[in-house]
Amino acid sequence: MTAIYKREMRSYLTSPVGYVFLAVFFAISGYYFFATSLVSNVTDMSYIFSNLFSMVIFLVPMLTMRLFSEERRQKTEQALFTAPVRFTSIVLGKFSACLTMYLLGMGITVVYFLVLCAFQVPDVAVFCGNFLGLLLLGAALCAIGIFISSLTENQVIAVIGSLAVGLLLLFSNSFSPVVSNEFITAVIKEVSFYEHYIDFTRGLLNLSDLTFFISMTGLFLFLTVRHLERRRIS
Amino acid sequence: MLEVKNLSKYYGEKQALDSISFSIDKEEAVGFLGMNGAGKSTTMNILTGYISASDGDVLIDGVDILTDPFKAKAKIGYLPEQPPLYPEMTVWEYLVFIYNLKKVKLHHKKTKLQKSREEYLQEIMELVKITAVKDRVIRNLSKGYRQRVGLAQALIGDPDILILDEPTVGFDPAQIIEIRQLIRELAKTRTILLSSHILSEVQAVCDRIIILHQGRIVADGSAEQLAEQLSGNLQIEMEIEGNAKTVLELLKKIPMVEDVQQNDGVSYMVYLCNQCKDSTAVRRSIFKSLSQANCVILSMSRKKLSLEEIFLQLTSETNMVQAEQTEQILTEEKGENTDDGNL
Repeated sequence: MTAIYKREMRSYLTSPVGYVFLAVFFAISGYYFFATSLVSNVTDMSYIFSNLFSMVIFLVPMLTMRLFSEERRQKTEQALFTAPVRFTSIVLGKFSACLTMYLLGMGITVVYFLVLCAFQVPDVAVFCGNFLGLLLLGAALCAIGIFISSLTENQVIAVIGSLAVGLLLLFSNSFSPVVSNEFITAVIKEVSFYEHYIDFTRGLLNLSDLTFFISMTGLFLFLTVRHLERRRIS
Repeated sequence: MLEVKNLSKYYGEKQALDSISFSIDKEEAVGFLGMNGAGKSTTMNILTGYISASDGDVLIDGVDILTDPFKAKAKIGYLPEQPPLYPEMTVWEYLVFIYNLKKVKLHHKKTKLQKSREEYLQEIMELVKITAVKDRVIRNLSKGYRQRVGLAQALIGDPDILILDEPTVGFDPAQIIEIRQLIRELAKTRTILLSSHILSEVQAVCDRIIILHQGRIVADGSAEQLAEQLSGNLQIEMEIEGNAKTVLELLKKIPMVEDVQQNDGVSYMVYLCNQCKDSTAVRRSIFKSLSQANCVILSMSRKKLSLEEIFLQLTSETNMVQAEQTEQILTEEKGENTDDGNL
């Protein structure tokens, strides 16, 4: 697992992918920070975090798209899958590298927090809750992206697939008023990432939200492992 | 060391392997020979646990690759058809990655080898002669060097079994000789299974040859055994001076001679019948009867089928059988069509 983690980290940091991701992340979040906190003289950071929700949906596929599809296309997966390594550690190695990059990106919010401290110390608990929420959201998105990447050997399909799922997550809320069936409305509301994420930005630390994101992450990592095993058999 | 029982593989409807069975002993070098699409790579992918078989068992040193892949894979070094290299890494980075991936350290403790990782990898690089390109990015390497890095990758961890899929593709002739020597050297201490569609290569490196054709094993044995088993009817090549008609007549009278063909002028080809295993007696009587008739024998030699010819024969015979079958099906279909027309 560590070997794969190290290789993926090196691959992110020696290719433009990692830097482009970080640059875009910093630029857009910087704009939000400027627009919602600095201009309006507010130290409440939850505005930034609620805006970041839609941004990470678009950015995370950039990190996950090549993780498995590239290995499959270049046939390097043959080295991975014939080495005495379990599928679980391969998937976890790649997932943790992806999450590390994501963490580096969202780490910028700590800088914003420190900048605000120069004027007035913001509510630490709210910031921590928000930070945790964004982290869990990212983990779930990474897991989904990795799963989609393992389905195809084409990076373009992987990225479009992940974006499509992301958009679905983004818009699923606007579906609920259209649907008349109460049961379906309830289901949409329950699986909506936004509904679960928005609680964090309100300063609420809900156990159900925590379990939702953690189990989503677990579910998609599990599906990836199963899919790799199934491909070996078919 | 390696045992394969009734291995079959289907890709959808298409059958790639049809109930293959063989076993390889310790420190044996075995060559898989077959044309493209014969099932060589498929078999190797199954043996290494990259894909699984539709049916049958693979035992690596007694360990089933399907039920205990973790343990079985540790015993195998695999060089796939396309070396699994990350183009953006340098050779050294790549080898270190594979070293960590295979968790070689654990093996070291077991064998009580007190070598550092650097020394260990340095040795492997010297063995396959890639020390000079150590710090170069794999993307910029030539095909030959890539193949060497792939070989180095397979050697890391000192696996008991080496499985090499077309290891000499991409080398120039001088390098091919070098690599063959290296493989022979490696074969002294470990089991090697390599594949190729070039017969001379398999012959040069392996003690034993398994010929695959359309997913089936059509021959299995050492080069000599194969030549003996499969050479078919004996043939004698002759050059005889004299009246062609009498020569043909005389030759056909000799027992065991099945057919005689005059190629051009003085050269003839004598085909002996199936039962004849040794042509000495036949050659003796040919000499006697021709010399009595004052026909001068300029030359006489047994014709030996080379392994190349045997290989071609084996792979084309089955081709012919298949062609006949398809022809049959076609004519049957035609028949049905005309029947319909009559109705």
